Amino acid sequence: MPDGGSTGIGASVKRKEDYRFLVGQGNYTDDINRPNQTYTYMLRSSSAHAKFSLDITKASEADGVVKIFVGTDMDVGSIPCGWQVDSKDGTPMREPAHPPIAKDKVRYVGEIIAVIIAETLEDAKNAAELIDVNYEDIPVIIDMQEALNNANGLVHDEIESNVCYDWEIGDSEAVDKAISEAAHITTLDVRNNRLIPNAMETRSAIGDYEHSTGQYTLYTTSQNPHVIRLLMGAFVLGLPEHKLRVIAPDVGGGFGSKIFHYAEESIVTWASNQIRRPVKWTSDRSEAFISDAHGRDHVTSVKLALDKDGKFLALKVDTLANMGAYLSTFASSVPTYLYATLLAGTYTTPAIHCNVKSIFTNTVPVDAYRGAGRPEATYLIERIVDKAAREMGISQVDIRRKNFIPVDAFPYQTPVALQYDSGNYNATLDAALKKADYDGFEARKAASAKKGMLRGIGFSTYLEACGIAPSAVVGSLGARAGLFECAEVRVHPTGSVTVFTGSHSHGQGHETTFAQLVSEKLGISTDMVEISHGDTNNIPFGMGTYGSRSLAVGGEAIVKAMDKVIAKAKKIAAHIMEASADDIELNNGNFEIAGTDKSMSLADISLAAYVPHNYPHEELEPGLDEKAFYDPLNFTYPGGCHICEVEINPNTGEVKVEGMTAVDDVGKVINPMIVEGQIHGGLAQGIGQALLENAAYDSNGQLLSGSYMDYAMPRADNFVDFKVGNEVTLCTHNSLGVKGCGEVGAIGSPPAVINAVVDALSELGVDDISMPATSEKVWSAINNAKNKN
Amino acid sequence: MEISVKINGKDIKADIKPNTLLSTFIREHLNLTGTHIGCDTSQCGACAIHLNGDAVKSCAILAAQADGSEITTIEGIASGDKLHPMQQAFHENHGLQCGYCTPGMVMSSIKLVENNPNISEDEIRKGLEGNICRCTGYHNIVKSIKQAASVMGG
Ligand code: FES
Ligand code: FES
Repeated sequence: MPDGGSTGIGASVKRKEDYRFLVGQGNYTDDINRPNQTYTYMLRSSSAHAKFSLDITKASEADGVVKIFVGTDMDVGSIPCGWQVDSKDGTPMREPAHPPIAKDKVRYVGEIIAVIIAETLEDAKNAAELIDVNYEDIPVIIDMQEALNNANGLVHDEIESNVCYDWEIGDSEAVDKAISEAAHITTLDVRNNRLIPNAMETRSAIGDYEHSTGQYTLYTTSQNPHVIRLLMGAFVLGLPEHKLRVIAPDVGGGFGSKIFHYAEESIVTWASNQIRRPVKWTSDRSEAFISDAHGRDHVTSVKLALDKDGKFLALKVDTLANMGAYLSTFASSVPTYLYATLLAGTYTTPAIHCNVKSIFTNTVPVDAYRGAGRPEATYLIERIVDKAAREMGISQVDIRRKNFIPVDAFPYQTPVALQYDSGNYNATLDAALKKADYDGFEARKAASAKKGMLRGIGFSTYLEACGIAPSAVVGSLGARAGLFECAEVRVHPTGSVTVFTGSHSHGQGHETTFAQLVSEKLGISTDMVEISHGDTNNIPFGMGTYGSRSLAVGGEAIVKAMDKVIAKAKKIAAHIMEASADDIELNNGNFEIAGTDKSMSLADISLAAYVPHNYPHEELEPGLDEKAFYDPLNFTYPGGCHICEVEINPNTGEVKVEGMTAVDDVGKVINPMIVEGQIHGGLAQGIGQALLENAAYDSNGQLLSGSYMDYAMPRADNFVDFKVGNEVTLCTHNSLGVKGCGEVGAIGSPPAVINAVVDALSELGVDDISMPATSEKVWSAINNAKNKN
Repeated sequence: MEISVKINGKDIKADIKPNTLLSTFIREHLNLTGTHIGCDTSQCGACAIHLNGDAVKSCAILAAQADGSEITTIEGIASGDKLHPMQQAFHENHGLQCGYCTPGMVMSSIKLVENNPNISEDEIRKGLEGNICRCTGYHNIVKSIKQAASVMGG
């Protein structure tokens, strides 16, 4: 790859976006105030399942109240789900109606039952206290197994079952046959703990209707403003795109939770027309816990069949996946196409079958959270491989090497739909073993033992599918939208460049990475490049940022637009320098006539394009501004090896992460500093899931972990320095060779951590521990084991 | 009630309701939106500022309690265009991603280092107990603080 100088591909360019954040000038949604704006408080259900009625008379007369809306006031469409999954019998998934404000029945604690709009937030909150709510409680459905049998009744009466769909993939006959003939079978039951994304910026939305023009503007904390415009505009409020502008300014972290269209966005947009004033809502943290979509929450049984040498023959997986009370935007796709299609992992397992039943419960809707489906798949694969190795007396390294898809097998067709394009799993394993100083482990274990501590090491050699796109593929799998990306590259008259991208940055550093692509291709410094995103009025179109797709899909769209810019610039240069366009070469930002010393800079050409006095008018339009849509041919397949080392205090059960090594293959790396940062963040969330975080409900549907006092967020002293490295195999179907790095840390690490904990406890006869492996749980496991022995 | 404070070097008088939080006063009355709100239980540190030379969580005290005091927010620590060494170190070490926790992190870290110029990695990690970051895994934040400590004269 040519070197674009110090700001091109491969350089750890310091981030262009940092300055505004460091001096307190970020522009987050809650920082925005509109003239004459009102403030909103959402009154939320305190009951998990009830018929209800309310009396707003007193509250409506309270100081400062502008208007109170209840469910029946808001006669709009249902909040839609973006992905249809069919059951194995061919019937479509069950899609209950999802009104933005509950009308007469609530189905989870946190569901909106009234919207109080007032002159100040305090007025709105005070008025909310005056609303009389009368709940007629209905039995609450929390446990998925019970929900499956309709034991406690139905979450939605009108759909006659708590099962959203009963779906399958793979060849069950082949799997059953392999299992019946196998030399060894390992079984495991796992729970993938429910998590709460907890981006540090809570959600916020401002609806601003301009009556004189009929224009609606929604400012919102979104990872994909165009998607919100489509979902909210077309399905909920019936507003056409040209009358609806959605702006997602600086966004303080997303991790998936800000992909979805939430009720509050529709409510403030709609209400601002009703009251003809801007309407602002900002979630507080307690509200976020009970209204942001949660993540994970699977209960799974796994069976792995092996031959006598430890070769995998078949994998059988049965999963219950919690949907919560309503279907959030991508909820249905997470435990199916983003999960079961990954079950081959990095291995040649020839037969795989997976059945997924997704279940409605009286809990907050569950949807994509960093990794979405792929951490759940990786967790069960890497846990059962670990267990099988222990049972068969094979080393953790050998059992993996024995089953890896070999380098010469790519492109590799798995038995569960995906075709991997590239990878080298031995290379990432070798590099990780070295980085983690695997050879020194026994000595470190002995040293721990001397102190009376238990030490363990755990592996995860994972793979994931990201760059979420191929419209044709996702369409055939039920997606109700395309998943391409769009970019526009505008070369200004004096040669600086603005890129308009449909990707959205909420921490990923696009303003830098994308500028580096321009620097590399057009040969100008990143200082000359501005990246614009997040406003549907500026950006031609966009599908947004999730599924580690920004570079592999959004970046490629930018490259494609730049290719058009270059092709046009060559024609302009050829005309002015009186040469043939075919003879023009672009080197370091100069358009040169091959074999001569004649050249023009990009700035010379762009000036000519905008001041077209000497210009090929019969052939070209003036201007230098090109747009491209890019729809890839396949997903991308990052993979790698994570190794965790833990030390456990047997007296307290406390697990200390002593080492976390990640060697990932994310394809070509544009900015190593940013990629490492993404991996650090993912690892922290993965370790958080494995050791700390858990969203728990009691049987009445009350969230027990509804604040930072009960939901254990990872803090700085939960971690040590991470050891991060990379090995590169290029993606074969995009021009940059990039794969994606946003989610690998969170996907690969949880099983490495749990495998390390199990390894440390294995000498006591413990062979499983569930996430999160809290001190209490580990201590009990140690004690139970001791009592047994 | 009326309070007067010196904020980022400027004397300010303001008429506020007695129950106004200092964080609300800073964000809503003074429009200094660099100070962020990340929780409602005083646990995330996004709202950290300097009050009479100490790092405090501005969501955990009333504006009235700050009457007569000197306050510095994230907007007030650079000298003109020159970043404070802590801000500079966060930039150089990629100590921020979405930037939301950053103002609080920077304000807390400055005091961590001022109070313990030879601060060790362990002490940094423990010292950040009251600041949550969801993006960075803290790795580069710790690195940033180490670098800033050496610049700030550790
Ligand atoms: S907002 Fe002050 S500690 Fe969270
Ligand atoms: S940088 Fe996003 S929360 Fe810290």
